[in-house]
Formats: sequence, C-alpha cells, structure tokens
Amino acid sequence: MERHFERDLEELKQRLLWMGSLAERAVHQAVHAVLDADENLAESVLSEEDAINEMQIEIDDRVQRLLALQAPMAADLRFLLAVTRINSDLERIGDQAVNIAQSAMRILRHPQVKPYVDLPRMSELAEGMVRDSLNAVVRGDPELARNVLQRDDQVDRLRDQLFRELLTYMMENSAVVFAAFELILVAKNLERIGDHATNIAEDVIYFVAGRDVRHPALDRR
Amino acid sequence: MPAGSGPPAAEYMIMASASQGNDVFAAQAARQARGHERSVAAPEKEASVRFDISDLNFYYGSKQAVFGLNLKIPKNKVTALIGPSGCGKSTFLRTLNRMNETIRNTRVAGKILLDGQSILDMDVVKLRRRVGMVFQRPNPFPKSIYDNVAYGLRVNGYSGRLGDLVEHSLKRAALWEEVKDSLHKSAFALSGGQQQRLCIARALAVDPEVLLLDEPCSALDPVTTAKIEELMFQLKDSCTMAIVTHNMQQAARASDFTAFMLDGKLIEHNETSKLFTTPQDPRTEAYITGRFG
Repeated sequence: MERHFERDLEELKQRLLWMGSLAERAVHQAVHAVLDADENLAESVLSEEDAINEMQIEIDDRVQRLLALQAPMAADLRFLLAVTRINSDLERIGDQAVNIAQSAMRILRHPQVKPYVDLPRMSELAEGMVRDSLNAVVRGDPELARNVLQRDDQVDRLRDQLFRELLTYMMENSAVVFAAFELILVAKNLERIGDHATNIAEDVIYFVAGRDVRHPALDRR
Repeated sequence: MPAGSGPPAAEYMIMASASQGNDVFAAQAARQARGHERSVAAPEKEASVRFDISDLNFYYGSKQAVFGLNLKIPKNKVTALIGPSGCGKSTFLRTLNRMNETIRNTRVAGKILLDGQSILDMDVVKLRRRVGMVFQRPNPFPKSIYDNVAYGLRVNGYSGRLGDLVEHSLKRAALWEEVKDSLHKSAFALSGGQQQRLCIARALAVDPEVLLLDEPCSALDPVTTAKIEELMFQLKDSCTMAIVTHNMQQAARASDFTAFMLDGKLIEHNETSKLFTTPQDPRTEAYITGRFG
C-alpha cells in the first residue's frame, strides 16, 4: 500500500531537482555570458532569478507542511531536513550565477584581458560538482557525494591560480584593472558555487547514512 | 531539461522534468503562501458544504455539554474534531445523526442542516442511512461477514443483486481481498483491524453521504491504523467524513480540515495544514504543542 505521504515525498524530490536544474542552467549561461561576451545570455540569467527564488519558498512550504502533518521519522525526517538545506544552497548557487552575469554585463565592451583557459576549466569543474551532487540526491548515492567533496580542493586551487595570474596582469597594465577585477569576482563566485555543491553532497551523506560530515576539522569525540 | 542548457542531460534532470508542468501552479502556490493567508477566512468557501451547524447547544439533563457551536462541514473532505477529554467532540459528532437520542434526558437546540435540510425534522432512520457511523470498538453483528454487510441492505428492502453490493462495499473498505474466500465465516473470526474495516463496509453498504467516525483507530495497532487512514483518503471523493480523534497526529495526517474544541465550545476551525502550522488561537497552540494543562 503506497501511502499518499510517499507520493508527496516523491513530488517534493522532483521539485527540488527541477530547482537544481534551473540553478545549474543559470551557472552555465552566466559563465558563457562572460566567456563569449554574450549580453543576451547574461540577461536571461537575470530574468530567471525570480523562478529560482519562488521555488525556494515553495519547497520550504512543502517541507513545513510535511513535517507538521506527517511527523516523519528516521530517513524521512532526515530527508526533509536535508531538503531545506539543499534548497538554501541551490538558491545561493542561483545568486552566485546572477553575480557572474552582472560581471559579464559590466565587462561586455571591454577587451578580453587574456585568453580564457582557467576560467572555463573552473566552471566545468564547478558545474560538474553541482550536477553530480544532484545526481547523488536522486540516487541516494553517498559514494558519488564523497567524490564531489574531493573535487573541492581542485576548484580552490584554480581560484588561487586565477587570482595570481590576474593580479599580475593588473600590475603590469592598469588599463585592464576593471575587467580583470570582475574576472577575479567571477572566479570567487565559481569557488563559492563549488562550496555549495559540497554542502549538497554532505547533505546526501546525512540523509542516506545519518552521518553529519560537515566541518571535518572539528573534534567530534 | 530546461531549454538552452549546454551541459549533457544529467539523470537528475530526467527525474526533474516530470515536474516541469507544475511550474506555473507552483509559482502561484508560492505567491499565495507568501501573501496574505494569515486571516482565517472560512476555508470552506473553496468546497461546498455538507453540514451547516449554527448555534448548536446540547444538554445532558441540566448539564450543558455544547455551547453555541457554529461549524460548516465541507463536502467530500475529512474534517477532524480534536480536543481534550470531555470537550464535547463525541457528543457533537453524535448530534449529526441524532445518536444522542438513544440516551435518556438529552436535549438539542439550534440548527443542523444536511444539504440545506434540518435533520431534526427528518425521519431518523432515513437520516442514519444517509449519515453512517463507525465506533471506537469494532462492533460487528454476530453473523457471517457477508450477512454483516448485507444486513442494512436487507432491512432497507434492497431488491437488487446483493452479492455485488456486498463485494463493492468490502472493496471500498479495502477488505475484499482478505475475506473474499471466507464470506460465510463469522465476523468474530476476523482480527480487530479487519472487524473495524468490516464495520466500515457495513456502514458504506447503504451508500451514505456522510460517515461519522468516533475514534475508529484507538483500539487498533499502528499498521492497521495506517491502513484505515489510507482508506479514508481514498473514500473521501465519494463520502464526506467527520472523525473524532484524541490522536492529534492522526488528525494532522488524515484530515483536510480540523476543528479544535474546548469545554464544549469550538475554539478554532481551519484547513489542517494551517491549523497545525500557524494556529490563530493561543489555546489551540497550547493544545497541539502539548503544553496544555
């Protein structure tokens, strides 16, 4: 006998994943708005922001309702708690995408500071982390989640590399300071997106295995 | 997959696209949720009304048990009545099919309209066919399973194919598969949960418009309780239900609307999801958070 509660949970999962797909698309489009100096793509990201924010509210409402009316236990409870956190991270990913799009708009008419090599690499990595963290949600796959956690260091290293490179360019040629500064911001946004993807991955491990793996540096004894 | 997306289709997107069509409605829902739904505007405006109760007062002899109760019970929904022991919820439930008249020295005053007609002016037997009741303790007749369900039909002079209707009622009560090969067996051979579902089938056999349930699961285990709650969820499309329960979790899980009573008065009535998340009255909040008394 499938309880209608199970259908509600399934529907909630679908809505969360739909929100995830909107956030991932926003990141992809925002980065390409920078790489290709594409104003339309940037505007598309800005206009999609409301949709993502509305979904955050809708999903939180659904969770509140399910918690109040069903008093779920065990895995169901952990899943609902995880959904509120994942929801929040997806909304922040959407915000970061908007920031990137805004940077794109600002440097549209500036000449390209340098050939884009690390930025596309970084965005591919970050997008991949978002995509895989959401796949981990679908499959309830803690292994895939752990794999996402391991990629975070690479993203951080690429950000540091980009910072150093762009700083060098700025020091050598003050004409590029404006554009280079925006690119530093974009790199920072992408690194934050990677962080949010790792949060989602940690939440998967939490709701599947019941273990809270956040802040590994903390002494949990 | 959202249009214009560059990356390869991820498996999560396949799952997500199932909800693609919901975007418009979901956005609407989100806007409503954000908006001005704090007011306890009569939720029953959205559903038509089956029972319209106004200024109901009930007395056991000289002792008043229900005070000036006003309530509209929506059609084809489940309405739960909650409140502490002695608050009058069972008394109130029993006024809806005049079961209180079986107790001596009781008096009812006020208006109780079923589909616009006063139940106090109706033939009580006809009323109880339209408004059936299921009690706390399963009370099957000392007859076979078949005869339990067929009894009401025979008494009402039903002249059609009895067997078909018995099967239909047992299916509606989600009991058919378990008893179809032993309909001649005594009802007492069934487990408590099965007996309760038999009582529901018996009540449903005469095709009532309303089913009143007075703590139907309090004598049952959690698994059976869940089955009966799921049954109620399926039944409500064809049958209005009012359930008295001292189990708040059950009210939260199984009902569309909830009415909270205290000392014979109706304190608050709202959509269940609203009452349990943002109750308007502090007494309701105290009760549902277990801070009562």
